[in-house]
Amino acid sequence: MMRLFLGFSVSRWWSIILKEFLQLRRDRLTFAMIIGIPIVQLTLFGYAINNDPKHMPTAIISADHSEITRTVIAAMKMSEYFEIIGELPDEEAGRSALAQGRVQFVLNIPPGFTRNVLRGERPALLLEADATDPTATAMALGAVTQIARSVSAKDLTGPLAHLAGGRDPFEVRVHRLYNPEGITRYNIVPGLMGVILTLMMVLMTGLAITRERERGTMENLLAMPVKPIEVMTGKIVPYIAIGLTQATIILLAALLLFRIPFAGSIIMLYCATLLFVAANLTVGITLSSLARNQLQAMQMTMFYFLPNMLLSGFMFPFQGMPQWAQCVGNLLPLTYFNRLIRGIFLKGNGFWDLWPNLWPLMIFTLVVMTIAIRFYRKTLD
Amino acid sequence: MSDGYAIDVRNLSKRFGPKIAVDNISLQVARGEIFGFLGPNGSGKTTTIRMMCGLLNPDGGSGTCLGYDIIRDRELIKRHVGYMTQKFSFWEDLTIRENLDFVARMYDMPNRREAVDEAIQGLGLTDRAVQLAGALSGGWKQRLALAACMLHNPQLLLLDEPTAGVDPAARRDFWEELHRLSALGISVLVSTHYMDEAERCHKLAYIFNGKLLAHGSSREVVASQGLSSWAIHGENLSGLSEALRDQPGVEQTVLFGTALHVSGKDQELLERTLQTAVADRSLRLEKMDTTLEDVFIYLMSRSTPMDGDAS
Ligand SMILES: Nc1ncnc2c1ncn2[C@@H]1O[C@H](COP(=O)(O)OP(=O)(O)OP(=O)(O)O)[C@@H](O)[C@H]1O
Ligand SMILES: [Mg+2]
Repeated sequence: MMRLFLGFSVSRWWSIILKEFLQLRRDRLTFAMIIGIPIVQLTLFGYAINNDPKHMPTAIISADHSEITRTVIAAMKMSEYFEIIGELPDEEAGRSALAQGRVQFVLNIPPGFTRNVLRGERPALLLEADATDPTATAMALGAVTQIARSVSAKDLTGPLAHLAGGRDPFEVRVHRLYNPEGITRYNIVPGLMGVILTLMMVLMTGLAITRERERGTMENLLAMPVKPIEVMTGKIVPYIAIGLTQATIILLAALLLFRIPFAGSIIMLYCATLLFVAANLTVGITLSSLARNQLQAMQMTMFYFLPNMLLSGFMFPFQGMPQWAQCVGNLLPLTYFNRLIRGIFLKGNGFWDLWPNLWPLMIFTLVVMTIAIRFYRKTLD
Repeated sequence: MSDGYAIDVRNLSKRFGPKIAVDNISLQVARGEIFGFLGPNGSGKTTTIRMMCGLLNPDGGSGTCLGYDIIRDRELIKRHVGYMTQKFSFWEDLTIRENLDFVARMYDMPNRREAVDEAIQGLGLTDRAVQLAGALSGGWKQRLALAACMLHNPQLLLLDEPTAGVDPAARRDFWEELHRLSALGISVLVSTHYMDEAERCHKLAYIFNGKLLAHGSSREVVASQGLSSWAIHGENLSGLSEALRDQPGVEQTVLFGTALHVSGKDQELLERTLQTAVADRSLRLEKMDTTLEDVFIYLMSRSTPMDGDAS
């Protein structure tokens, strides 16, 4: 141990420290990361993330309108877990809203509900929940029992008071769809597919082009009669193949290792994955045009990756995030891919159920591709 | 297209931020000519060459390469010009053969395989063709790069310090090859820091701080400055160099190992000064032809001082 420190020169050691600081100060992006990442992380974790997700979009299918049903709905609003976004005509519309992820809950009020309450027959309300992400629904479903009680307190007074005594005047039957046992893994594992693909695709394409620039081979490539579009697409294709391979590995692991149920179509899964991989590759190419070297490309990837992971609904229920976080999330391809992949895995969504989340990915890819082409440097300037 | 100049650029300028890297340079290179491009580090040689082959947008000026406009016809220029970068820019993680093969594919060469085989043979690397390019020594990398940029039989070669770090025998071979190509009508613009190479060029241009200071054949360049020079042989020349520097008629002293070159514009005044300086010492004074190197050093010291990269 002593030998290790023998001849240790403090001034030499100090020079190394100084040199490191000097280089750090010149490296703006690293500097930005040192400051930026903690701030981004803190804001996202501190404000956006909510382990008690409230204001979940809820639709009502009502075959019965009365003072009592209005109280039921008001009580749901009061609980803050449900945000009533409107009425739907029938069961079918409700299922499709759930399948497309437009609503988290559908409350079904059967015909003759009020009459049955008044007769003391304890009718049932049906609350259908999209239980893909168990954390999104758990708290809300816990709050549901309060609702019947609040109805007794408000409407079942005076001559009807006998109905309020003892047992609840009606019951709320909860129907957990897509993930009836509420297994978190069912939600996380398909979600991981998008997270892994985002990281790998953006990073690898980012590096692929900055590597050429950093090693000086870009100058050679530019001096040869090869078109920018050939270079760009030629560089992308191998990564598309890699992306699909990775997706396959994850898919196999999900099915065989994690035993995730698979309700949808494999072809749809690959189509969605292909689109998502393309979206991420365009991001990688754009970053590589902006980054001057491989380290910068890696740092930019991190900046891109963080909000994707935190605000896309992968880690935390999307509908439970504050409005601004949802706005940011709506710009991220992973948000849509998460819905697609969970829709295919757990809900068995078909094309038209997926469409609302497919076209934003297409738009994203086109827009970012345009940016990538614009920023692609045809000269060394 | 077959007549006129291989390179004809007028008033090329390029700035990087506040720094003017190339300042109003006009150059003409005739077909079949070997044109030497000289200048100290940071004088703008690489920048000028990059503008000629369409890798940088000039901020001002215009020109043609092989009759193609350097701004509008970049694709055509790339097809017919061979550009060798100053820094090794082939793929170190590909083998020698893979590198050459890739280049051949980029140029859509019909007889790709033969061309690559021939190039590997020409390099004398037949048994090392499967070695990674990154494992080659500096000089061999240079030779590989040269072979690669000539693979597609370009009509014009733009070579940026092709022989930096190459041993003398290989340099001699290389220059013989250049003269052979030149005899076939291929034009060459080559930047170099070696004076012996400069002497082997048909024409020269010397730039400094982005400005063209002299051009013409090496004899013309020497004559243009009107310097007369003497060589002094003997002991303790470095002390003598110091002593002579401020004497009348002496404009430049340069120590070359065993000889001190002293140059000045006023021949008679210089001669008188030198005769008195050597009179009382065991030194030998000899009239000599001013060398290219003397002229370049003179040019550099006469023009505005190099204001460095920060300006
Ligand atoms: N991409 C760039 N960004 C900023 N400045 C640059 C850039 N490229 C070159 N320069 C500057 O332009 C000037 C000319 O550089 P250039 O590389 O053309 O010189 P050179 O004559 O080739 O030098 P050398 O003999 O060392 O190769 C230098 O001052 C250099 O710092
Ligand atoms: Mg250079």
